[in-house]
Amino acid sequence: MDAFTELIGGFGTALTPTNLLYAFIGVLLGTAIGVLPGIGPAMTVALLLPLTRGLDVTGALIMFAGIYYGGMYGGSTTSILLNTPGESASVVTAVEGNKMARSGRAAQALATAAIGSFVAGTIATLLLALVAPTVADLAVEVSPADNFAIMLLAFIAVTSVLGSSRIRGLAALGIGLAIGLIGIDPTSGQQRLTFGIGELAEGIDVVVVAVGLFAVGEALWTAAHLRRKPIDVIPVGNPRMSRSDFQRSWKPWLRGTAIGFPFGAVPAGGAEIPTFLSYVTEKRLSKHKEEFGHGAIEGVAGPEATNNASAAGGLVPLLTLGIPTTATAAVMLAAIQSYGIEPGPQLFDNEPELVWGLIASLFIGNAVLLLLNLPLAPVWARLLRIPRSYLYAGILFFSSLGAYASNANTFDLFLLLAIGALGFMMRRYGLPILPAIIGVILGPFAEQELRQALQISNGAVSGLFDPMSVVVYAIVALIMLWPLVRRFVPRKVVPSVLEEATHEIEEAHHHHGLTDSVSVAGTTEARRRFDRAHDTEGDG
Amino acid sequence: MRTASVRKLTVGALAAGLVLTGCGTTAEGGSASGGGDGAISGLRLLVPNSPGSGYDTTGRAVAQVMEDEELASGIEVFNLEGAGGTVGLQRLVNEEGNAKMLMQMGLGVVGAQFSNQSEATLDQTTPIAKLIEEAEAIVVPGDSPHQSIDDLVTAWKADPGGTPVGGASNPGGPDHLTPMLLAQEVGVAPTAVNYVSYDGGGELLAGILGGDVAFAATGVGEVTEAAEAGDVRILAVTSEEAVEGVDAPTLTDEGIDLVFANWRGIVAAPGISEDETQAFVDAVTEMHDSEAWQQVLEDQGWTDAFVVGDEFTSFLSDESDRVESVMSELGLA
Repeated sequence: MDAFTELIGGFGTALTPTNLLYAFIGVLLGTAIGVLPGIGPAMTVALLLPLTRGLDVTGALIMFAGIYYGGMYGGSTTSILLNTPGESASVVTAVEGNKMARSGRAAQALATAAIGSFVAGTIATLLLALVAPTVADLAVEVSPADNFAIMLLAFIAVTSVLGSSRIRGLAALGIGLAIGLIGIDPTSGQQRLTFGIGELAEGIDVVVVAVGLFAVGEALWTAAHLRRKPIDVIPVGNPRMSRSDFQRSWKPWLRGTAIGFPFGAVPAGGAEIPTFLSYVTEKRLSKHKEEFGHGAIEGVAGPEATNNASAAGGLVPLLTLGIPTTATAAVMLAAIQSYGIEPGPQLFDNEPELVWGLIASLFIGNAVLLLLNLPLAPVWARLLRIPRSYLYAGILFFSSLGAYASNANTFDLFLLLAIGALGFMMRRYGLPILPAIIGVILGPFAEQELRQALQISNGAVSGLFDPMSVVVYAIVALIMLWPLVRRFVPRKVVPSVLEEATHEIEEAHHHHGLTDSVSVAGTTEARRRFDRAHDTEGDG
Repeated sequence: MRTASVRKLTVGALAAGLVLTGCGTTAEGGSASGGGDGAISGLRLLVPNSPGSGYDTTGRAVAQVMEDEELASGIEVFNLEGAGGTVGLQRLVNEEGNAKMLMQMGLGVVGAQFSNQSEATLDQTTPIAKLIEEAEAIVVPGDSPHQSIDDLVTAWKADPGGTPVGGASNPGGPDHLTPMLLAQEVGVAPTAVNYVSYDGGGELLAGILGGDVAFAATGVGEVTEAAEAGDVRILAVTSEEAVEGVDAPTLTDEGIDLVFANWRGIVAAPGISEDETQAFVDAVTEMHDSEAWQQVLEDQGWTDAFVVGDEFTSFLSDESDRVESVMSELGLA
């Protein structure tokens, strides 16, 4: 209750016309810079930070929150429209989001991203306000051994649910892990797979890999097929989310929030693992599994909500422990410090006005983002109506710009082309892209956590097992052995005829909103079996 | 009509992209070579460690003061962590001739280049200035049974392998040398010490709070906040005299004959011209002389240790030799 009073006090300080104006300017500029490929939220915030100088603390923080949310949303926009994620956290959004965009549903993808970000951001900020100190205490208990187990789970989960074959999924993961090995080993400092090339020694930027595999690979693939296949024009589509879009989105929004917030709060968490896990969860739980890979709205709603929730979660260690977990948080730390305020365990006690003002600012920034970007979604979507040959030329241009901008290094441009060619070959031979990207992003983290866990236990393998990691390993084992286990589960004897019937019922359900209008479901027996089939679907 | 507006939008976006990335990252048209008067623009400051680490805090403070004093505009601080700074060092060495890049570094990088036998080395870079010195702190988690350095040493001697000690530097860096020198001093074999290296102070702090390590050695400034809140306990500091604002004895007070300090400075890319080097030295000198920087030193509890140019160059090579000899003396080389 106390927190609520404080929060309202925070709104009192934050909600003035001038401050709202700052919020608007922040969101607008943040989005504008954020949409540029290769420029993630951290860079957006760093680039625009000087604008907040000279404002009072509250005004600066509000504008800052606006820039932050704007930058994140801008990054999702390019992921969805152009398939060029600006940072690792929005990689997953590109997977389904871009497919949606190319089937004429860009507006819906952008809208579900915007609303999902709003919902997740709001809930997560509320959580931040209410439980930050408790969460921080729990979060530091997560050990390197646990982190390693969770990353293993992410690898297995993503590889096993994606694509047509597990073998191909694992092969793609292997490619990704190999790319992730390139560079100086962070633990021992030895060069690996660098072949004496100095530029490779510093490792390959994740953005270059993601943009290369996604955007460049796709552009090459399209170019290779241009002459054989007539160019299909992207349909215009409805600019708004339909009722069924909402029905399919709200649960992923909430689940995404639940997954993202705790990961953000863990000092070594970040946004990558939870967005991947959210994607996998949504795919498992979705009633429209067949749409995954072709533009399923759940696959955008979940990861986008997760991304935002984890960003808010990231403020937990920042504000309560003074530990920034992301580059954006580090910029934020510097900004707060420039007002002579030191985040840390005593911040909530020493500077309540500032903390609550900041939290209120986050709410306001979030709301302004929604107000500003929801109407803009159809406008952005129209960008895709450019003839495809120009569109892909543009995508290639922006990809190169993005790859160069993230490091200002010409070598990255050649890398981009090489990785783009790899992406082309992977498409040619039917290897899924996402496991490869996961390998690149999480591989190095996983290795480091593993080695750190073993260092702590002085080399004893038992150091990898504590209660939490054992639970995670049990889940991993279950996923891996599931096809085997399923044979012995009697429930799976549900005849395929019934599954078809179930499918029909669902279809009818969607068209008429009434299950009873279909006669099959009329009898209680069929109804019972329907429910049972439904249950199995959740874990199948 | 529609296509026209779309085209305009695209052109606008393209233009914005070009302008923005242009001013953010290109190396052309700056004034670094134009002497110390004009503000340096488009500068990138490489922090070879994670956000929240000592290098990160120092680098961001440097950028802030240089901007506030109008010595530079639009400095972009970026992190490239790994291998105790070796990854970042390699990056800087790759940027030969780039007069728009500086790297934050310190004793940790000297140690890392030695213990990793890095191909990129500091003597390839262009030294600019040493800025600060900082004492190391010996810390335990707030709920640790060890109340004093004596308690800790007793437990450590009994079971060195089961007493993991954390630090935010690679072997050869300050957080590694501190416990190793301490071990030698109190009679634990340095080779038996179970040292766990973290990438940066933030991760280390999380490791201490989570009880992953029994104790840790790290820069005093990185744990003062947590110590004030009672989350960690500083058992001792390695400076000659007690650190202001920190309620902990020195090692010498506790009867352990060890004094040790970490330092941090700035280097530039290899192969830049003398004018360009001088412009950096001038800018950093002006930054150092500002009141804002003195305030930073006071806030962070850092000791001023300003040295520039040739003096810093020879200091660097002395430090290299010192790390090497200490490591081999400890039997760790």
